[in-house]
Amino acid sequence: MEFFHFKKDKDIPFMRHVLALNAVSFLSFALAVFFLATRGLNPSIEFTGGTLVEVEYTQAADVNRVRTTVEGMGFGEVQVQKFGTSRDVLIRLPIRGEIPQVEVSGRVFEALCKLEQSTTGTKQYTTPQGEQVSRPSCTAGDGTEPMRLARTEFVGPSVGAELYENGAWALLVTILGIMAYLAIRFEWKFAVAGIVANLHDVIIILGFFAFFQWEFSLAVLAAILAVLGYSVNESVVIFDRIRETFRRFRKLSTMEVIDHAITSTISRTVITHGSTQMMVLSMLIFGGPTLHYFAVALTIGILFGIYSSIFVAAGITMWLGTKREDLVKPGSGKDLDPNDPNAGAVV
Amino acid sequence: MNRYPWWRYTLLVVALLAGLLYTLPNLYGEAPAVQVSSGKSTVKVDAATVARVEQALTAASVKADFVQFDGNSVRARFSDTDTQIKAKDAISGALNPDASDTRYIVALNLVSRSPEWMAKLRALPMYLGLDLRGGVHFLMQVDMRAAVRQSVDTYASEARTALREKRLRFAGITRDAAGVTINLPDASVAQTARDLLSDRLPSLQWSVQEGAEGTQLVGRLSAAATADIGKQALLQNIETLHKRVNELGVAEPVIQQQGLDRVVVQLPGVQDTARAKDIIGRTATLQFRLVEADGGAAAETVPQRQTTEGPVTMVGLKRDVIATGEQLKQASATIDQNQRPAVSVRLDDVAGRAMRTVTRENLGRPMAIVLYEKGRGEAISVATIQGEFGTDFQITGNFTPQETADIALLTRAGALAAPMEIIEERTIGPSLGAENIAQGFDSVLYGFVAIAVFMCAYYALFGVFSTVALAFNLLCLVAVLSLLQATLTLPGMAAIALTLGMAIDANVLINERIREELRGGAAPQLAINTGYEKAWGTILDANVTTLIAGLALLAFGSGPVRGFAVVHCIGILTSMFSAVMFSRGLVNLWYGRQKRLKTVSIGIPNSQGGGGSPARTGSATTTELEV
Repeated sequence: MEFFHFKKDKDIPFMRHVLALNAVSFLSFALAVFFLATRGLNPSIEFTGGTLVEVEYTQAADVNRVRTTVEGMGFGEVQVQKFGTSRDVLIRLPIRGEIPQVEVSGRVFEALCKLEQSTTGTKQYTTPQGEQVSRPSCTAGDGTEPMRLARTEFVGPSVGAELYENGAWALLVTILGIMAYLAIRFEWKFAVAGIVANLHDVIIILGFFAFFQWEFSLAVLAAILAVLGYSVNESVVIFDRIRETFRRFRKLSTMEVIDHAITSTISRTVITHGSTQMMVLSMLIFGGPTLHYFAVALTIGILFGIYSSIFVAAGITMWLGTKREDLVKPGSGKDLDPNDPNAGAVV
Repeated sequence: MNRYPWWRYTLLVVALLAGLLYTLPNLYGEAPAVQVSSGKSTVKVDAATVARVEQALTAASVKADFVQFDGNSVRARFSDTDTQIKAKDAISGALNPDASDTRYIVALNLVSRSPEWMAKLRALPMYLGLDLRGGVHFLMQVDMRAAVRQSVDTYASEARTALREKRLRFAGITRDAAGVTINLPDASVAQTARDLLSDRLPSLQWSVQEGAEGTQLVGRLSAAATADIGKQALLQNIETLHKRVNELGVAEPVIQQQGLDRVVVQLPGVQDTARAKDIIGRTATLQFRLVEADGGAAAETVPQRQTTEGPVTMVGLKRDVIATGEQLKQASATIDQNQRPAVSVRLDDVAGRAMRTVTRENLGRPMAIVLYEKGRGEAISVATIQGEFGTDFQITGNFTPQETADIALLTRAGALAAPMEIIEERTIGPSLGAENIAQGFDSVLYGFVAIAVFMCAYYALFGVFSTVALAFNLLCLVAVLSLLQATLTLPGMAAIALTLGMAIDANVLINERIREELRGGAAPQLAINTGYEKAWGTILDANVTTLIAGLALLAFGSGPVRGFAVVHCIGILTSMFSAVMFSRGLVNLWYGRQKRLKTVSIGIPNSQGGGGSPARTGSATTTELEV
């Protein structure tokens, strides 16, 4: 089976429309920045601090009733939403000074339990594997449990501030590390082009999260950094091929060289990203609500990664005026330096 | 040219076998077990406990798969839950004859079902994180400023005592976060005082200052001393937490230092956070009380801690509590002036005054230090009062150095060195955990199948090689994680899925390159060889950039992100090995032996060597070379 096969002199003129496409890029980038600035991200409680309670009902839950009850407890701005299924309810509570945070989840559970005309207690039981477990329970008069506490989470404000800081550091170190690597491996123009292209991806992912107000959690941050490392590969492969083409074809113009490089790597680009996307899609479908936004961030990152490596990275390289001399050292006598361990390392 | 020397094949086979060996324990699942651990700080679980457990089981005619000691606890594995519960009752009855006094925690637990020989080779399954297993997680912040303040208080009172002893006049002692300031009448006294205190309290750096307030002797905590105070406080808090968690009867608690001033407590299986919080956050349980010789008049009777087997001595106590654990500043093993092992104890000023009054009136009578655990007291030390003393005293006796260390430790265990605050708390229900495992597993499985089907369809036989290499990568990754005894979490499973999705890139690069060589008219054997060689540089480049991001996550990530980063980084390394070396091994094994290889099954039409085949590919080569 073969999806891509191009004849030598039929390189796809990717760079012909690069100006228009870069304008589109710039526009989407500006939009993303605009949404980030106006709407802002919707950070998870890992970043903001606060309490999260997930309750699992035996029947479809009435979110409005839950909301009214929890709002009536005076914890400030409360978010109540369904999580995954209609029976799971997720409640987010901000940090409020007057109530000891460690008691909040217990009080919410108690109030919700009372709403179901049941009483809270502790239940001891043995799992099928023989493990002994105790958990808070909510039992109705007839001994049934109308709801269960699936999970609770409390994060203090200091932890959240630290996470922001560490997240920013991780992003900065990744960017600098990758730029340094590209600058050593190629030259500064490529480093700049590569990093601009990939930051463009990062901003666009963030723009999506700001526009839809999806929850921005630690897992999403991890996904973004993973995507950053991953889509730089893409640029590296194309850059590698650009250098190779400069060496091999002396007469081609920069634009033709770039077109040729992209055309000869497009097959690998699409198949690799397609494979990774299949895995991410599997996570999106089967991974459940916990992995949902992680997979969403990866999906956006992978799709935009293809586009940005081709049009943004290569485009910027062209605008920066990359020349043959930048990559092929003049005076070396031969174009293919036998001492270069990476000579001919192309796809 | 496409042949590997025998040692390469050997290496690959060894890697394959090792991968299988270390991955297998994860597939065996878990079997019911009974775990016996120490229920009290005074009870030690060791190899001798194994014999007692075995005895108890034989007596109850319950058959265990094995009984083994794993460093902290004794575990016995059983074939089914019925036997397990019977065994638990039998062991519990034998080890804790007094039902109200649990000396040993006998808990139901799970251990890997893998055969014993695997465990001996350290082939153990990965731990499951709380998000996969259910349980509670606390992150506690230790108030280091309070710990330092407490130490400075102690230093100030010590300085006062020392100056009084030497009859040096001073106008007053003030203390702040950084140290102690003593107002002195003149410079000569200041010099003497400085020499004295530098000798007695070397943890502070003493210097004489002349200022508006007159002559002052200033003792500053050095950075090293502050760090040391923090370290000690943290260690003591962790020690205390251990004792308290023991009361919860949790099979495998995790209590670890995180950073300089934090402690992580993870209790798998425990869902009752309210009780866990109550016990972990509880206050001191240590008391200093006089011993009542007349058994009938005693307000309370507690057993004395035993160091050797034998009948238990009961100690009667008077009603009044002289001092409690909260007033304890320090307890450490030391050597007295007669070079005998002793325990040095320091109390705060209030307790010191009370102690002085009591000791003055009760010379020659015995005093006990009682540690309360689970509401039951135990006298960890009973000693005769030899003289009047206050905040500082020593307990001597017929002790070995080990015993004094134990007593000091137990005494300290009654108190937290510095207050702690819960800054992060997470509880996950067991059903949610099981759901998370299923979802994580499904993600990896279906993603893998989709990639495998596509690769085999698109690259034909080379796709099969790629798929096998990808499976080998998964095997290596899981084996390395098991070998490192990593804790698997849901983000970790996501990282496994993502790593596999990205790892296939290397094989795509190789296969595309081989296709290109074939289209260019290269002979099949040559095409395979150059394909692998030329793809290698790009694969390395691609992985280095991904690794940079992975390492940044590892360095700055915490909690779930760290788990993700660990798996991601290891996955990148295993994928380089499997995608390049292992798949090449397969290809060499399949094609390398054939001398006159005509076609390669890689999904594109190609035939014979020498570059004469389809016209379009042939022409492409020539143009390319001529330009």
